[in-house]
Amino acid sequence: MLLSPTPMHIPDGFLSVLVSIVLWIAAIGVITLAVRKLNQSLAEKDIPLMGVVAAAIFAGQMLNFTVVGGTSGHLLGAALATMLLGPWAAVIVMTTVVATQALIFQDGGLLALGGNIFNMAVIGVFVSYSVSQILRRFLGEDLKGILIRGFAAAWSSIFVASLAAALELALSGTSPANIAVPAMAGIHALIGLGEGAITLGALSFIYATRRDLLKIGPTHPTTSKGVILGGLGIAALLAILSPLASAYPDGLEWVAEQNGFLEAAQDSAYTIIPDYIFPGISNEAVATIAAGIAGVLIVAAISLVVARSQRQADPKV
Amino acid sequence: MSSAARLLDPYRAHSSLLHRLDARVKLALAVGFIFTTALIPPGGWPAFILLLTITTSGVLLSRLGLGYVLKRSLLALPFILSAVPLLFTSTGEAWISFPVPGTTAVISQAGVVRVTSIALKSWLSVQAAVLLAATTPIQDLLIALRSYHLPRLLAVTIALMWRYLFVMTDEALRLLRARTARSTRVPGQRAGGRLVWRARITGGMAGSLLLRSFERSEAIYHAMVSRGYDGEIRALPSAPLSATAIFATIASAFVLGGILMLGLLTGG
Amino acid sequence: MVKLNNSTSATPVIQIQDLRFSYPDGQPALQGITFSAMPGEKIALVGPNGAGKSTLILHLNGILSGEGLLEICGRQLDHKNLSQVRARVGLVFQSPDDQLFSPTVFEDVAYGPIYQGLSPAEVQSRVEAALAAVHMEPYIHRNSHHLSIGEKKRIAIATVLSMEPEILVLDEPSAGLDPRARRQLIELLQELPQTMIIATHDLALVRDILPRTLLLDQGRVVADGPTGVILSNSALVAEHGLA
Repeated sequence: MLLSPTPMHIPDGFLSVLVSIVLWIAAIGVITLAVRKLNQSLAEKDIPLMGVVAAAIFAGQMLNFTVVGGTSGHLLGAALATMLLGPWAAVIVMTTVVATQALIFQDGGLLALGGNIFNMAVIGVFVSYSVSQILRRFLGEDLKGILIRGFAAAWSSIFVASLAAALELALSGTSPANIAVPAMAGIHALIGLGEGAITLGALSFIYATRRDLLKIGPTHPTTSKGVILGGLGIAALLAILSPLASAYPDGLEWVAEQNGFLEAAQDSAYTIIPDYIFPGISNEAVATIAAGIAGVLIVAAISLVVARSQRQADPKV
Repeated sequence: MSSAARLLDPYRAHSSLLHRLDARVKLALAVGFIFTTALIPPGGWPAFILLLTITTSGVLLSRLGLGYVLKRSLLALPFILSAVPLLFTSTGEAWISFPVPGTTAVISQAGVVRVTSIALKSWLSVQAAVLLAATTPIQDLLIALRSYHLPRLLAVTIALMWRYLFVMTDEALRLLRARTARSTRVPGQRAGGRLVWRARITGGMAGSLLLRSFERSEAIYHAMVSRGYDGEIRALPSAPLSATAIFATIASAFVLGGILMLGLLTGG
Repeated sequence: MVKLNNSTSATPVIQIQDLRFSYPDGQPALQGITFSAMPGEKIALVGPNGAGKSTLILHLNGILSGEGLLEICGRQLDHKNLSQVRARVGLVFQSPDDQLFSPTVFEDVAYGPIYQGLSPAEVQSRVEAALAAVHMEPYIHRNSHHLSIGEKKRIAIATVLSMEPEILVLDEPSAGLDPRARRQLIELLQELPQTMIIATHDLALVRDILPRTLLLDQGRVVADGPTGVILSNSALVAEHGLA
């Protein structure tokens, strides 16, 4: 059963090491900030709340509805988490969900986890919060206002996060920007509609049953201006970069090539050494065959050892 | 019926070398492996082969079975579609060309090398992640992460989420089942309702799950406090790393380093 | 086997022969179930936990599918006619919270007819009829979350009645109800005309309103006959953990 709701959980191998590390640093930075804020403001009894809400969101991502034929829509939940818990707790909750999906279920890579956390738990949450809070000024606190804010927040969270993922793939040289950006943006503009509709349904249900949950949350009392600015900033940056990237892919290609140059540079530094120390290594075909033979021998040896130890263990039973 | 959700848990208890290895070491090895794999330039075939040797050896040593690991490791494969354009856009010697309305599509050798390398790296990395998850119970993983300075708040949240994950996924499955039972067709009518309506119903189900989580959390907190919870994840005090574990780590670092050099020499 | 029959037709609404099913992890759940039900029959499904009652119930509307013959209203279930056959079998699950996921009672009860593609007018009349059948008309615009468990169970039954099924299958309907709610539920079930199969531990309910009893244990039908005969057989009752 595939647990991934959207094509946004990037596996390992697709983001370059440089991009992965930068995103990890960014993710850790925001998480550290969130932890600090929550340690100040969170009541002890709200800590289990985040864990259980994370479980509910994880489980909620399994719910689906048929779109067309065999395709179905799912929930990501960043916007819902934000509207129920406030931005900082939502960052922790979504980080928990995304990290568990990667670590335990291999949904998204481990090196790429920094990027996935940044896209879904940071951008997703910040953008949801910004959109929701800004619209709050123009809309009432009645059901209609909440639903509009929820839909807009949900759609934006998906759309902007997908722009980020597309640019990250392009910067890594995995996917050309002029294809990745329009493709991701286009697909997620639609997926975002699904997220919006599901969020509408969830908010309607919660409004009808426990209205109080929508206003009260661990960090709801004070509006976090920093998050609003952060969310707006990210959205604006991506909104500007994305069309640029698609129209002038060379710019991004240049950066990607610098990335590749980094690796190629390391490569060239070592080309001096091999002929003297590792004769024959520079001949790739020979090296490949040698590696293949070595590999088979090693695996065979280990199989024998494992089989032998299993036979030794069995008589004792 | 409730066991359906438990099938999601990838941990398989065995008594193998890998299972016995300290979680902190396994975590470092898995991350180190994935990091090394990521650094190998495209076309580093000898390095990829040796990395595959490592994962295959790992699978054998863990007694998990090649079939099990293979099935889980193919999960990431669909994402390769995002890299397919590279076949056409990479600069280099042309390999295959075929006519396409309007122009000719050219697949370059460099493109094939790049896409294959990405697929291989991805596959290798997933195997390492599977080996880690399948041989390490989550409590041990969390303690290992805490020793690597994972914030307490995050560790506690993950632990609690895990505790209730199967309960909630079970409820999600029951919600889906109940909905299926009422999703019926009568001859002569187009069934299904409108798309937006279907999405909203799904939302209601999600809302129901979220509501239950809120209502549970207070009860959970009371139960935990009455059992002496004070906010820390504890287990029996971690034994200091054994000599074997330290040796394994250092030896692995050398092996990975060697493979990385090989990769840099033969790839790119 | 004696079968109480007050129907006009002779074709069974449910016909099962040698139904076998094992769960994906290999656990055998049904090991050759055979029985049939005539229109209008009220049948109790009893047996210890793990006997296969819930598994059997999930076969009746095709959520699970095993080997052997299973016909509903004369038609064998296959993946093509599954959702049509489901319209004939209304399954009421044990936990009403699993079936109530809309903001209002109206929307919950309306799910079935809306999915079927009926017009708004037909949906309205179906909902009103279903709520009338369970005596919950005043609750139509309420939110189900705030209701008592007895009220929720009746709404859950309504969500299924709105599909106008011929067969009603209920899983532990009286579980968790206080004596008054239980009494009300039993009276309600007596009023409903559909063919009924009720899986339950509540033997008093069985004696009260279900003339025929199917005793299951370890995935097999151990006894099938008049409730009075089966439940007064103390050896049978003791051996299969009914009391």
